Amino acid sequence: MSDMPLLKVRSLSKFYGNRIGCHDVSFDLWPGEVLAIVGESGSGKTTLLNCLSTRLMPSTGDVQYRMRDGDYRDLFRMSEAERRVLMRTDWGFVHQNPADGLRMTVSAGANVGERLMAVGDRHYGRIRATASEWLSRVEIDTDRIDDQPRAFSGGMRQRLQIARNLVTSPRLVFMDEPTGGLDVSVQARLLDLVRGLVSDLGLSAIVVTHDLAVARLLSHRMMVMKGGHVIEHGLTDRVLDDPREPYTQLLVSSILQV
Amino acid sequence: MYVAVKGGEKAIANAHRLLADRRRGDRSLPGLTIAQIIAQLGLAVDRVMAEASLYDPSLAALALKQARGDMIEAIFLLRAYRTTLPRFGTSVPLETGRMQVERRVSATYKDLPGGQLLGPTFDYTHRLLDPDLLDETADVEAPARRAGETEAVMRVSDILDGEGLIEPDGEMPDDHVPGDLTREPMEFPMPRDLRLQALARGDEGFLLALGYSTQRGYGRTHPFVGEIRMGLVEVEFEVPELGLTLSLGEIRITECQMVNQFKGSAKAPPQFTRGYGLVFGQSERKAMSMSLVDRALRTSEFGEDVTAPAQDEEFVISHCDNVQATGFVEHLKLPHYVDFQAELDLVRRMRARHKPAEETTEHEEAAE
Amino acid sequence: MSAPDTRPAPGQDSAGETELAAYNFAYLDEQTKRMIRRAILKAIAIPGYQVPFASREMPMPYGWGTGGVQVTAAIIGPEDVLKVIDQGADDTTNAVSIRAFFQKVAAVRATTHTADATIIQTRHRIPEHTLQEGQVLVYQVPIPEPLRFLEPRETETRKMHALEEYGLMHVKLYEDIARHGRIATTYAYPVKVHGRYVMDPSPTPKFDNPKMHRSEALQLFGAGREKRIYAVPPHTDVVSLDFEDHPFEVQQFDRPCALCGATHVYLDEVVLDDRGGRMFVCSDTDYCETRQAEGHVGEMLATTATDREAAE
Repeated sequence: MSDMPLLKVRSLSKFYGNRIGCHDVSFDLWPGEVLAIVGESGSGKTTLLNCLSTRLMPSTGDVQYRMRDGDYRDLFRMSEAERRVLMRTDWGFVHQNPADGLRMTVSAGANVGERLMAVGDRHYGRIRATASEWLSRVEIDTDRIDDQPRAFSGGMRQRLQIARNLVTSPRLVFMDEPTGGLDVSVQARLLDLVRGLVSDLGLSAIVVTHDLAVARLLSHRMMVMKGGHVIEHGLTDRVLDDPREPYTQLLVSSILQV
Repeated sequence: MYVAVKGGEKAIANAHRLLADRRRGDRSLPGLTIAQIIAQLGLAVDRVMAEASLYDPSLAALALKQARGDMIEAIFLLRAYRTTLPRFGTSVPLETGRMQVERRVSATYKDLPGGQLLGPTFDYTHRLLDPDLLDETADVEAPARRAGETEAVMRVSDILDGEGLIEPDGEMPDDHVPGDLTREPMEFPMPRDLRLQALARGDEGFLLALGYSTQRGYGRTHPFVGEIRMGLVEVEFEVPELGLTLSLGEIRITECQMVNQFKGSAKAPPQFTRGYGLVFGQSERKAMSMSLVDRALRTSEFGEDVTAPAQDEEFVISHCDNVQATGFVEHLKLPHYVDFQAELDLVRRMRARHKPAEETTEHEEAAE
Repeated sequence: MSAPDTRPAPGQDSAGETELAAYNFAYLDEQTKRMIRRAILKAIAIPGYQVPFASREMPMPYGWGTGGVQVTAAIIGPEDVLKVIDQGADDTTNAVSIRAFFQKVAAVRATTHTADATIIQTRHRIPEHTLQEGQVLVYQVPIPEPLRFLEPRETETRKMHALEEYGLMHVKLYEDIARHGRIATTYAYPVKVHGRYVMDPSPTPKFDNPKMHRSEALQLFGAGREKRIYAVPPHTDVVSLDFEDHPFEVQQFDRPCALCGATHVYLDEVVLDDRGGRMFVCSDTDYCETRQAEGHVGEMLATTATDREAAE
């Protein structure tokens, strides 16, 4: 099924004045594949993610996305209206801070149901049933459906944000440090959940993280960034077990020493 | 038998009659004259002219008298008159550098060309009630005047500008037609000329509070009063058909140039930035507040984050007009009973659902 | 400064000695009327879209109908017959005041009969009598933006309209049902016009929403303080937002009008005493009076005063 890439990224660069955000990044992302972008803060990984998800206009380069009809479209030549439709149907974006991705003052059920309503679902009972089903999938008690996320713990909020993104069965999900603000035990549970959902749903995902353990657990492939450049790129196991670049070796060894 | 309430028309006429009576008050006292209001309540007249954006002391005084001293009502009266006036054109920009200065102070220089001139200010008065004013029997001393012609006094911002220490004053292209938010639909984001117009008409109290909030940390701008000047300037009008510029007369205005902390980047060396305030008549409080808010509203222009209310253009501009604000707040006293009926009905129905079934039946029986 | 001039001040009340300035027909100058008419034409061309216009300062307060008054002033001609209602009634104070304004500045004929009027300016109600082709209903609108209380920023709401992003609107209805078991919006109930723009029908009770759908009359909406004009041309679809399993429904009154016996009309509750006594009467006073003149009698008129005393 995956004989064509979902995303084709070519020579993508972003400059802030004369400072480099990210430089000359090219890769393909295949259906069902999870790609981790790792690096220290300031390495350009978040800039890259924001360009890929069209939240930021790149300075040069293009990104082709394979639409559901099989045609490739250049993301930066789409109208804002088309991009917004894509973002709320075919894509998901999981923020590090769940408050950025949730409506904190509406109920959990409405948070999950919003995307369904945005694409035209007009049956309250069905919307609620779907929301309820998704709450259980992300291990939130369904009797919390009418509670606002303000009353949720950090881990629950993050799981709710994931449910809100996945409810329209997107094909591509962007995640920005999805476990960033959580303590270690909660992180493990969340990672487990995400891994299960990604494989069950056959999702493609691009995950930005500074945490090599997250990359190891979630991703098939990984890119290592430093100073805006991709310095190493390969299968996750290969990169982590046999890093070629001295910088990657340093990263890997530092995590192993901890 | 029930008779529906009628006679709105008569009630209104009677209310207006009573209002006219209250306005006049005790008939044994002489009525205030317009000349008295202009002469003795000049700052009230100034505020009405400023916020109505119409420079006409006698009409402003009339509005004050008609409004029984209610400032916003007087501003409203004058605005409703202004809107009916035809527009002949736009005057030449006022040359405040040529102002006949009555007051001019700078907080940034101890002494400067033209000097510091205190003028008619409340500053440094002790706020002690003056029993002499109870009956104006004592003669008021004539003011001391400097001999000779008043000369044009250079602007402090020009001193800084000469050294390139402050950002240039906004230059408009030659064909720029100044916006007029009383004649064109307003859209956000707004160019600075329209924003300044809105602020110049804006409520003094609202701008004062916003300016104050920037000083208390809600959007700090590190301001210095470069200069406040108040006095008469000439209003000129260009008549292209005749190829000449006519003087329409003089108006009294207050101008404030706030000098704010510098801004610079890798490309441009640091410079002080400007906040500007200009108000009809004598009102330093308003001119200063306006210049603080003007600078705060330029936040994103300098690449800073908008975090405070005073920096938020939509928030400030949409809410600074007191005639709009008072109208909408006070419209709540108009009848809303149709909508209230709908809410009443819904609340009753929802409450009924909450009650246990038997209790509802009991209650209904008792009512019958 | 020159001496105070003696330009005549505008006379706004008829009380006085002040010399009346000569106002243009219907108060506004012709340039302003043309500007408003252009906005109205654009609004008609794009049903439900809020057209910005340079709202003038009017001699009545913002929030008291300045938008409706400007729209009426821009379209009214000497041949027009004007009706003004507030809460459905012709004799509420603000309706009286606006009608008097037009009688003074436009010298038009005024009526209280819905069927006789060519222009009806209204606040909070649509008349019960079905409007006909050729009639114009002018609504006074306080807040024209249906998304305003979900998103306070004009820049953002305009984008949401442009991109037809109305999911949030249903989120609000969803929350109503989740919390109250039903949609708890009773007035200013949002509608979708011509399958495209979501529009605020002004704070009319949702009871009146169905009257907007494919009405033969032209419906114009003026918001003076917010400087917007929008329109629903005749025969246009106006659909109230809802869910399939929680369909839009209007208020039902479980009794007829106590004065004229009308059913399926919107009723005002009138408190009769401090012991819980109340009656319900038509909010549309013209409709009620017309029915009474035609011989319809409600229970309160049928009952004599003595009967009532005996009953208590």
